[in-house]
Amino acid sequence: MVKEGAAMGRVVESTREWVQRSFASQAIIETSDLSFYYGDERALHDVTLGIPAEGVTAIMGPSGCGKSTLLRTFNRMYELYPGARTVGHVSFLGQDLLRADVVALRRYIGMVFQRPNPFPKSIFENVAYGPKVHSLVRSSALKDHVEESLRRAALWDEVKDHLKKSAFSLSGGQQQRLCIARALAVQPQVLLMDEPCSALDPRACDRIEETIRNLAQELTVVIVTHNLQQASRVSDCVAVMLDGGELAEFGPTTSVFESPADERVADYLQGRFG
Amino acid sequence: MITQAQRVPRKPRGVQVVAFSLLGTASAAAFLALGVILFYMIREGSGAISWDFLTQFPRKAMTAGGIFPALVGSFYLTIGAIVAALPFALASAIWLSEYSKGGWYVRLIRIGINSLAGVPSIVFGLVGLAFFVKVLGIGVSLLAGALTLALLILPILIRTAEEALQSVPMSFREGALALGATQWHTVRTVVLPAAIPGILTGAVLGISRAVGETAPIMFTAAAFYMTRLPASPFDKVMALPYHVFVMATESPSYWKTKDLQFGTALVLLGLVLTMNLGAVIWRTRARRRKQW
Repeated sequence: MVKEGAAMGRVVESTREWVQRSFASQAIIETSDLSFYYGDERALHDVTLGIPAEGVTAIMGPSGCGKSTLLRTFNRMYELYPGARTVGHVSFLGQDLLRADVVALRRYIGMVFQRPNPFPKSIFENVAYGPKVHSLVRSSALKDHVEESLRRAALWDEVKDHLKKSAFSLSGGQQQRLCIARALAVQPQVLLMDEPCSALDPRACDRIEETIRNLAQELTVVIVTHNLQQASRVSDCVAVMLDGGELAEFGPTTSVFESPADERVADYLQGRFG
Repeated sequence: MITQAQRVPRKPRGVQVVAFSLLGTASAAAFLALGVILFYMIREGSGAISWDFLTQFPRKAMTAGGIFPALVGSFYLTIGAIVAALPFALASAIWLSEYSKGGWYVRLIRIGINSLAGVPSIVFGLVGLAFFVKVLGIGVSLLAGALTLALLILPILIRTAEEALQSVPMSFREGALALGATQWHTVRTVVLPAAIPGILTGAVLGISRAVGETAPIMFTAAAFYMTRLPASPFDKVMALPYHVFVMATESPSYWKTKDLQFGTALVLLGLVLTMNLGAVIWRTRARRRKQW
């Protein structure tokens, strides 16, 4: 499916056209003219895009450009912050995401945060938390379910002998994979990742990226990153945002990196700012 | 390259030495005050303390015997106060920390809680007498005293519980909410368990405050002298601080009880210090255990 995305990219004329033509039909999350405000401050500016159901979509941009905000509209985490409001439309599988039941929504759209944030509980309890919340599996099947989630996050072999230990006994990279396993345990269709490697060392980061590539076989991954190399390594599709919360370019990773349509995006990718 | 000519300026000393010794003296004075009180109490009171003193009833118009009923009474009153106050305190702390969105109403409530903490304890005693004893018709009793003490420690408990909740990292809440947990579920399963050590520390501080108070129980619960232990919550009780007060001021032969007074006061002081120490140790251990 990586090849597919790249093949589509060869004929890109403009971002918007490309999005509409190639992905509108198979987008899993779509926004149209989405604006976002923290109080009076505008963090997103008429963002229209469709996250393809397959593969990894990276959201890039200089700090403060609203990439994290955009991600947080997808599972409505922004509702935690007072004074935050949206204007525009976001849909998940064609349904109005902004009006959906937020509890049910977050069951289908999971999230991994910038810093690993395991609960102060055992490794097992961390992964079992979500399934218990949603009564997903019988208690007899919980153990297998936790094992499967940990395997999918490539953590099982390292922790199988001490599931009862505190999650804080793990290293930073392991904690982050635990958080991935915890998110996977509720069987989401989309996994949102907010700079999941920024607090980790390069080796831990490699393993996370590998995990992301594997996960992309079975679910949609949307990852926010300020690391251009990471975006080019891990993503099939990339959205570049610029200051003021504007979506400057959106397309297959290879074509955006090789021949960006927007001059400012070209500048950004060559490290001239941001 | 550092040449010979370059000289690092010397540390300016004079003023610092004076300032630091003033600060040091000030903090030593606080410690000294505690030391003097403890020394005096132990010197005067330790003679009276014995197993019998702790386990016997007073005899001969309180000029002899022990303080057992006062010890038990103080225990009942304090337990009653904490049992009555903790649920309210927890509920308000959870609301203030997790649910309230700010605004004038919340500010008003906070001002109210802070003012409550500053109300003189004798006023609590009068309110307890007027409301619990008279209006609710409970009468002068263990129950009325415990409820009055509960009011007194409520602000302490709310504040410490709220602080404990606030100190739970936001990322825990985000993690649970992002998994689709409701806010209440998040509070119940993630935030509250993480805040328990802090909440319990507050509870112990509340207890040690309640056990030492005299004024709130004077009109609401305390008995001058009892020949038996309270049989129900509607009985009057004896209590350590009130017992000292009575022996020192009401007894017709107060000079005969000087040793007993000091002994009782020492027991009370020991009780409060032990509980505070317990709270400190508890908190330190909980802090060491938590790894965020």
